[in-house]
Amino acid sequence: MLSFALTIAFALVGAAFALSFLRLLKGPDATDRILALDTLSINAIALLVLLGIHLASPLYFEVALLIALMGFVGTVALAKFLLRGDIIE
Amino acid sequence: MTPRKNWLPHPILTPILTAIWLLLNNSIAPGQILLGLLLGWAIPRFTLAFWPERVRIHAPGRLLHFAGVFLYDVLVANLAVARLILAGPRALRPAFVVVPLDLTNDLAISLLANTICLTPGTVSARLSVDRRHLLVHGLDVESPEELVATIKTRFEAPLKAIFEGSIKC
Amino acid sequence: MNIFVEILLSFLVIAGAAFAFIGSLGLYRLRDFYTRLHGPTKATTLGVGCLLVASSIFFSVTGEALSLHEILVSLFLFITAPVSAHLLAKAALHRQLPSLAVMQNNDRETKPEHSA
Repeated sequence: MLSFALTIAFALVGAAFALSFLRLLKGPDATDRILALDTLSINAIALLVLLGIHLASPLYFEVALLIALMGFVGTVALAKFLLRGDIIE
Repeated sequence: MTPRKNWLPHPILTPILTAIWLLLNNSIAPGQILLGLLLGWAIPRFTLAFWPERVRIHAPGRLLHFAGVFLYDVLVANLAVARLILAGPRALRPAFVVVPLDLTNDLAISLLANTICLTPGTVSARLSVDRRHLLVHGLDVESPEELVATIKTRFEAPLKAIFEGSIKC
Repeated sequence: MNIFVEILLSFLVIAGAAFAFIGSLGLYRLRDFYTRLHGPTKATTLGVGCLLVASSIFFSVTGEALSLHEILVSLFLFITAPVSAHLLAKAALHRQLPSLAVMQNNDRETKPEHSA
């Protein structure tokens, strides 16, 4: 039963990836794209956790933690760039 | 600064750092506890310049109560936002609301902003320069006054009691 | 594995994935930036939270010891998600993105320039 639930969950997270990716392509503003990238990194964490359960391997936890860290730092850096980059014109 | 303050500058940070170290290693072996305590003592000691203010918790009981209320609200808010998203964009009544702040402590203000972001369909958008007003965006706002009142009584009042005590200082 | 544990795990896994999906759906479907911001910050944190709880239970049941380090990831997400949402909202206000929101007309200082 768990493997069946995992299959559904993989499909849902895959659809989430697709929707975020569409938003990333569509824009319309840079902030929308940054938000889409942030969502993609959170979806990646979800996918890695699911993969960890599926393969019964605790190794993927570290990867998820690292992606959480990197995603946050990237989002903050990009948002800061938008805030500062517009001031100096 | 008294010698004791210098030796153990942040008594709350030490156990938190130790707990994080133990969780990171996923073990409670005696050696790891010792190493965690060492790190928990050394990190606040050597990064003292970044944390000039001491965090004071005036009401530990209320902190626990606040954490419970917060987790419950996160759950409820998530279900509400999920329902709103599924209902479609037409049903939404988004609004900007200005919340006047009574808090003065920096940590308390940032905790309030974070709590607002995670709970009832709201995102805190901007803090005014004098730190007296917080601009909040709500996803589905029925009446702005009610939203402000809810935020003030449910989140701001306990945070004020926890971090600033009952007497205004 | 115990049947009840398995039911609980299946439920948590599907609920978590469903929340992650709804968050991204909100990101795709809603109409202005400020409302889009709500989907990922809320639904996704709870979604990943559910998945991490499921992972914690799974490795505690199948492994030899209690596995709690998943809490760290959810703790980290609970701290960082609002910060990035706040910064993005600030950036959007700074760039004066159009909003569908109704403005409450008081306090000129915190009010963003409204361009509907």
